Amino acid sequence: MSVDALAARVRRGERRAVARALTLVEGLGPEADVLLTALGPPPEATRRVAVTGPGGVGKSTLIAALVAHLRAEGCTVAVLGIDPSSPLTGGAVLGDRVRMAEHDTDAGVFVRSQAGRGAAGAIAAATGCSVWILAASGFDVILIETVGAGQDQVAVVGVADVVTLALAPGAGDAVQALKAGLMEIPDVIAVTRADAPGAELLVADLRLAGIDCPVVRTTALNGGGVAELWATVAAGVDALAADGGLERRRRAGMADQLRALAIARLASQLPGAGELDALAGEVMAGRRGVSSAVDTAVERAEGPAG
Amino acid sequence: MAAAAVRPIRVVIAKPGLDGHDRGAKVIARGLRDDGMEVVYTGLHRTPEQIAATAVEEDADVVGVSILSGAHMTLVPRILALLAAEGAHDVGVVVGGTIPGDDAETLRNAGVTAVLTPGASLAEVSAAVRDAAARRRSAIG
Repeated sequence: MSVDALAARVRRGERRAVARALTLVEGLGPEADVLLTALGPPPEATRRVAVTGPGGVGKSTLIAALVAHLRAEGCTVAVLGIDPSSPLTGGAVLGDRVRMAEHDTDAGVFVRSQAGRGAAGAIAAATGCSVWILAASGFDVILIETVGAGQDQVAVVGVADVVTLALAPGAGDAVQALKAGLMEIPDVIAVTRADAPGAELLVADLRLAGIDCPVVRTTALNGGGVAELWATVAAGVDALAADGGLERRRRAGMADQLRALAIARLASQLPGAGELDALAGEVMAGRRGVSSAVDTAVERAEGPAG
Repeated sequence: MAAAAVRPIRVVIAKPGLDGHDRGAKVIARGLRDDGMEVVYTGLHRTPEQIAATAVEEDADVVGVSILSGAHMTLVPRILALLAAEGAHDVGVVVGGTIPGDDAETLRNAGVTAVLTPGASLAEVSAAVRDAAARRRSAIG
């Protein structure tokens, strides 16, 4: 199939074409460029919403509940669920669909699992392009579920209009640990399992830490707080759109993505493990310093491949 | 940029029907992960319709269907028919479970790429999935 034909089918929302297109952009090669160019800028009205947070706090369950709510409201939804790849084998087990099974056969819902493939920041290098494809295929809302995230894994800011941070009660220490990175990026916080002990303590801790974004308590398994969460998220997107901030945010996000991709490409040009091992030996023997070894590694980086 | 590595094989591991025994499916999922594949795990009690829809959305090279309930002659042909109806007849289908020899032959004739029975090693499972994925990729280019 030609890329132009594929693009036409993606714009019509044909599921199989959308699925093939997502595979194609995950390769990040020249074909992906041709496809995205053929598609052109996707509709601006699509809301792009991320749910991030540490592993096990209930991101998938929350997203499944958001999908049910959005379907009841008449919106079509695409979900992009990202799970980590093994740094050793490149393999991955992608399990985000398990909690979304009730939506499997709903033509108004498209769920795609994506492997991180070693990218930093709890999303895949191709996530931004995948969002582009899903927006072009006409979904009203795109929900992006990150890899279980912590510390400085904030790349999702570059692909979403609004970032929801999901936090579960009973992990007070985790809140401390998160302060420097993740806690700085959310537009909305969802306190999941809000009927569990410690939920009010968590909300109080967030306030004490000076976090001033909206905090919504959810009990996603019975739908509690989900409508309020969506209303808060949607209001966030609409507020951005009203003052021109949405275009600025998406553009800054694309710049973030380009920076990340450029860094990944430069990293791929560094010397291989053998050369680095030799440099490590010199450092450990005290024959040279770390900075000098890094200078050498950078000098030996391959130039751009043809 | 260095030439892109070969795209990882994408495989959906599915548990159709009422059979609630998914330890085997999870062991397989992990084994295929360790062999460098991207494995989408669906969870228990999926219908053929859910499995076919998942295979399409995930652009799976292969669907691995684990059945220990004895319902394979009903469920597997249904999955094959639904994939074909979606235009996804290129997707390889590998079946694992307690499948008698005659049934395995019938399933292969119906379009199943491979049938694996208890005692198959992870290496055999992985090889069957790789073979099914290679056939699909050479078919769709």
